[in-house]
Order: sequence, then C-alpha cells, then structure tokens
Amino acid sequence: IVPVAGFSPQGAYGVQDSLRSGFTSVKNELLPSHPLELSEKNFQLNQDKMNFSTLRNIQGLHAPLKLQMEYRAARQVIQRLPFLQSSNLALDTLRNSDESIGFEDVLNDPAHSEVMGEPHMMVEYKLGLL
Amino acid sequence: MATLTAVRPAFGGFSFDNCKRNAVLEIEASKVGCSVPSARKTGTTICGVVFKDGVVLGADTRATEGMIVADKNCSKIHYISPNIYCCGAGTAADTEMTTQLISSNLELHSLSTGRLPRVATANRMLKQMLFRYQGYIGAALVLGGVDCNGPHLYSIYPHGSTDKLPYVTMGSGSLAAMAVFEDRYKPDMEEDAAKQLVRDAIAAGIFNDLGSGSNIDLCVITKNKVNYIRPHDEANKKGVRTGDYKYKQGTTGVLTKAVTPIDLELLEESVQTMDTS
Repeated sequence: IVPVAGFSPQGAYGVQDSLRSGFTSVKNELLPSHPLELSEKNFQLNQDKMNFSTLRNIQGLHAPLKLQMEYRAARQVIQRLPFLQSSNLALDTLRNSDESIGFEDVLNDPAHSEVMGEPHMMVEYKLGLL
Repeated sequence: MATLTAVRPAFGGFSFDNCKRNAVLEIEASKVGCSVPSARKTGTTICGVVFKDGVVLGADTRATEGMIVADKNCSKIHYISPNIYCCGAGTAADTEMTTQLISSNLELHSLSTGRLPRVATANRMLKQMLFRYQGYIGAALVLGGVDCNGPHLYSIYPHGSTDKLPYVTMGSGSLAAMAVFEDRYKPDMEEDAAKQLVRDAIAAGIFNDLGSGSNIDLCVITKNKVNYIRPHDEANKKGVRTGDYKYKQGTTGVLTKAVTPIDLELLEESVQTMDTS
C-alpha cells in the first residue's frame, strides 16, 4: 500500500533499501508526478476494502474473512515463479473482473512488457536471500 | 543490478512515468517559443431528443486540431449495444476509447445476464469510469437508447456527472443547438418532426460555431430498429467550380509538323524468376 502522504521506502525498518530499489531523490519521492498517480496505484486495494466492508455490513464478519482467505490462496502458492507471467485467472474470477475489461487490460499489459527481470535475481529477491 | 528486479509492472493501466519529463519539456518548449502538439478535439455539436417511440441522436462531423480541421467527415455517433448509441464530444481519442470499453463491458455483462442491456447500466458504467479519472479523460457524451423500460436519454460530463433529460446538447455548439430545442421542443413528437428538430439544432451549431461543421449525422433508435443515417444532410457542400481555364482542342493552330522516330537497340535482356513457392 502506498500511503496518501507520499511514498515510503520499501526496505526493512523503513529505511531506503538502496541495494534493492536503487538511489532516491527527495523530489522523486515526495511529489507524485500526476494527481491521479496515487489514486490509481491504490485503486484496486480501495475497491476491495469498500467491497469487503459492505459485505461485512450485509452478511456479517465471516463473509469477508472467508473471501480474503481465498484471495490469499489464489495469489500465493499456486502462483508461478516471480519472473514468469501469470494470468491470475483464479484471482480474477474471485474478484469478478473476468467479466469486465478496463484500461489495465489494454494499456501496459504486463504480459507484453518489453523488459523481463533476471530470473535468478527475482527468485532471490522473493525469497529474501538477496 | 538491483533496480532491474523492481522494474516490472505488477499491473497494467496508465503509466505516469513520463509526466515529470513532459512537464519539463513543456516549460522548455515555451521558453524557446514553440508549443507541444495538442490533442485532436472534436469541438462539436451533439444533441439528442426523446420522441414518442424512441430517441433521435444527432451530431456534426468535423474534428479539429487546434485551429485546423483534422477530419472533415468523422463519425461521432458510436455504437454501444444494438439498442444503445452514444455521441461523443471532447478529445476524440478519449470518446472513442471510452465508448469502445463500455461497449465491450456491456456486451460481457449482457451475455452474463442473458438480457438486452439497459441504458441506465451504460450510464452508470460510464459515469463511474469518468469519475475515477477525475476529468482527465475529456469525454462529454450524449447517451441514448431504447430498452425494456422505454426510451432514455442521458448526458454525461467529463468529470462524471450525468443528467437524465428529454432533450440534451453537448459540445462547443451546444448553446446554439439548445436554443433551437428550447424554442421548438414538444413532448411526444412524431419521428419526422423529431428528425427535423434535431437536424435544425445541429445545423444551428454548424453555422454558428467554428468548432462544428460539415455534415449532419442522425441516428434514430426505436424499440426494434436502429436507423443510422450518415449523412442525413450535407449542410456544407464543397463549392463546385463554375468556370474552367482549360483550352479546347484546336484553339492553337498547328503550322508545321515534323515526326522523328527514335530507334533504341536492345543491349541486354535478363530474366529473373520469382520464387513464388
């Protein structure tokens, strides 16, 4: 999650992790380059939160808890290695976004990205060995 | 080395990577005196009217790029579903892409429900998407159609607000068109009267607004039929030349004539077969 106040460093203890995410510059970090940037980054998360809270109010606490467990399962182990592209079909089905199309399917499709992370680096990064 | 691992986009959609660079470029360009290229707008007159059996949508056909006409005959009435059409004013690409996205979403939705889509559904999808982007998608739309609850007409503004009205106009020529509507609109008109009214409203926009011009397109949507009339009326035909500067054959008298054949000899001939396998 990116907090509203600005960008927070991704490393351990909240300190900038130069080895993993490169150098920082105050201007780059503090100001978003476009008013929509923050809201778009968090859009999916905010939608989910809103849906879960509505669900809790209608059906009780068990409903969002069960759903979130399923989300976590769909996102996690069954996934491929980090550098391989996954279609996220299970996650899409749970979220009902398999029946809608938006800009995230048309523009900047991760499946068509021109750069690929180096496999060894990415696996080590994911396992925390880097 | 490490930055490579963080570079992959975890999700698609808009990428704001170049915004800072573009802002700097714009400042630099204005210092030198030139300006960054502007997006193509449709500087338009679009309008719609609800009549007895359905909805009539009308639009002009000019697309402008700053002060130049980019397209003399563009089509501004977009298909959303077999019973719903949408006119678009504002940035041409935005209206085009937005209506296509909503059309795809509506198709998926109607396949899932098994019913003909409703105009209210299209309206809600459009307004939620436009509000999400806070007006940065410059699309002002007139959405009209006939569904199980009768004919409906909505106007949708770029920031996401909508109005449900019996007659609406949008675009730079909207004031001229609205003047015609306010004068002559009556509830429950016949189809021909409604078509004539829309045609006159668009013509008012074409002749009184620089951003609108060329022809008038109409789309008449009724319960079982859609009539997309393009063009309904060519209000601005390009002028035809009345005179001609070409001289007739024989105007100049021929005094003498001398014919000299030039013989060319064949030096070399080579045949290269094409590989058509």
